[in-house]
Amino acid sequence: MALNGAYGHIAKKDGMVDTSHRTVLYVDGVTVSFDGFKALDDLSLYVDDGNLHCIIGPNGAGKTTLLDVITGKTRPDTGSLFYGQSIDLSKLSESEIAQAGIGRKFQKPTVFEHHTLFENLELALKCNKGVWHSLFGILTPIQRRRIAEVLETIGLTDQVDQKAGLLSHGQKQWLEIGMLLMQDPGLLLLDEPVAGMTPQEIETSANLLKSLSGERTVVVVEHDMEFVRAIAQWVTVLHEGRVLAEGKMDEVQHNPKVIEVYLGE
Amino acid sequence: MLSQLARLHTRRAWIYILSLTILAVLVIPVLNRAVPKDSVFYLPDYLISLCGKFLCYALVALAMDMIWGFSGILSLGQGVFFSLGGYAMGMHLMRVMAGEGVYRSQLPDFMVFLDWKELPWYWLGFNHFWFTVLIIILVPGLLALIIGFFAFRSRIKGVYFSIITQAMTFALMLFFFRNETGFGGNNGLTDFKRILGFSLQEPAVKVGLYIISALVLLISYLLCRYITMSKLGRVLAGIRDAESRIMFSGYNTLHYKLFVFTLAAVLSGVAGALYVPQVGIINPSEMQPANSIEMAIWVAVGGRGTLVGAVIGAGLVNAAKSWFTVAFPNLWLYFLGVMFIGTTLFLPRGVVGLAAILAKKKLTGRDSLQMIDSE
Repeated sequence: MALNGAYGHIAKKDGMVDTSHRTVLYVDGVTVSFDGFKALDDLSLYVDDGNLHCIIGPNGAGKTTLLDVITGKTRPDTGSLFYGQSIDLSKLSESEIAQAGIGRKFQKPTVFEHHTLFENLELALKCNKGVWHSLFGILTPIQRRRIAEVLETIGLTDQVDQKAGLLSHGQKQWLEIGMLLMQDPGLLLLDEPVAGMTPQEIETSANLLKSLSGERTVVVVEHDMEFVRAIAQWVTVLHEGRVLAEGKMDEVQHNPKVIEVYLGE
Repeated sequence: MLSQLARLHTRRAWIYILSLTILAVLVIPVLNRAVPKDSVFYLPDYLISLCGKFLCYALVALAMDMIWGFSGILSLGQGVFFSLGGYAMGMHLMRVMAGEGVYRSQLPDFMVFLDWKELPWYWLGFNHFWFTVLIIILVPGLLALIIGFFAFRSRIKGVYFSIITQAMTFALMLFFFRNETGFGGNNGLTDFKRILGFSLQEPAVKVGLYIISALVLLISYLLCRYITMSKLGRVLAGIRDAESRIMFSGYNTLHYKLFVFTLAAVLSGVAGALYVPQVGIINPSEMQPANSIEMAIWVAVGGRGTLVGAVIGAGLVNAAKSWFTVAFPNLWLYFLGVMFIGTTLFLPRGVVGLAAILAKKKLTGRDSLQMIDSE
């Protein structure tokens, strides 16, 4: 593993990540600026393995930019990003980061509306993602079973042959989470997973996310404080591209700086 | 292999395909060759050439549907790939008639006219048919690979990609228009005599070329169908509908886009190569940007993302064009514009989509795109 550290960006891509120091994601001194505006300002953040980690903050705090940087959509101006001990995220493309085991759900539910639920999950399935494999590959019985399992987990088994475009907003959110699960990621990044959901759907989502953490690490970016209170094991508050406070939900809630930022909004 | 092929369509759809193939490669040639000329069933020679031309257009439309309909990449350069294939075939046909031109020279006539003494290096090899076939596939394929690599790597998409391919089309048209580039200038290449030893003036040879075009179209259709039915096809459609989700699912979209762009270019090139001996000429006007746009209209009219729609659209629009340009020569472009706007507004899924809607009224609950496949 020590060797792997030296050649970080060519680390293995089988979804297994070295978390021997209990930290699965290191964000170190990352700055991202757009035309002089610093969306992230020397931000440092660490995510513990198996945690359900919530990131909150007012609009424009840099929450989505942080996810963009972790998943390779945006490159940081300075700073380093490591997945586990050995995988240097700043050297990988979006697809390589996904293959390394980081799954991302977008703020707006993004599923393949013209494909059936089965096909949506099949596309997300962890396997060889090359062109030739896609052309000639056939699903194995194990893979089919895996798709059935995930459908069960997200509670959409009955809609397996339905087009994803026909799902309700909440169901699309779950399908997208299901697609992340198909990737078998070590780290799930969810951008506002309960936006636009009914209270009942939010409750179902909370249970779903809680059941996922432990085995996997889940990072949730969220506005809905109720929801964060219900699920978070650890909370980071972002403000103007920096970490304002960190800790358990109770501690963060009573932090005077946090109260000021939220009330002053 | 055979069972895999059979799975591409339902039994009913296969019967349609088989009947159409028999109609195209058996019935139509018989009506031309074996039926006496005074019979009402006789198909005149010019119609055979026209059908052959339409089949080539249908092949380009198929390519356009792969890149645009399925993958959402509106390439306005298919006319260039078509012409490059056509020029390669034209150069071969010029070379095999060396010494039979107006000037009885070993060089093509236009080179004699320009007072060239020797064949340019890029004309070498075209006297061999196998070499020509290789060029027909390689040149459009490589051009697409190179342009696609730089465009897709820089994440150029949408209208910007269309503009870049259109600029390429315009640039190559100007390049081929010039006399000194050695492709016959604005006259292009024409007055072909023979292909593989058969005289191109013979009606029987024309029927042969027509049948080959039909078979190539059939094979290409099955190839495209296989691709779109595979997971690769679903990835391409995923790129069209939600590219970021595909990327964050671990697919390198560059490879997928390059694959489909190159495939579409090769199919268009083959179409051009089949087209040239049937119409007897290739010149730079085939590279006009308007031609490439028209190809997109064929697909839009037929129905994007259906393959069958592309073939139908190419046939319909070109049949309309053949009739209109004779009956109302000045009105054709207006009609084409109206047709395009009309389909975009009222038939977003084209003629195939319309047929599906009509069929749906009878068989409720069927997905319209799969209409042709519904048992």
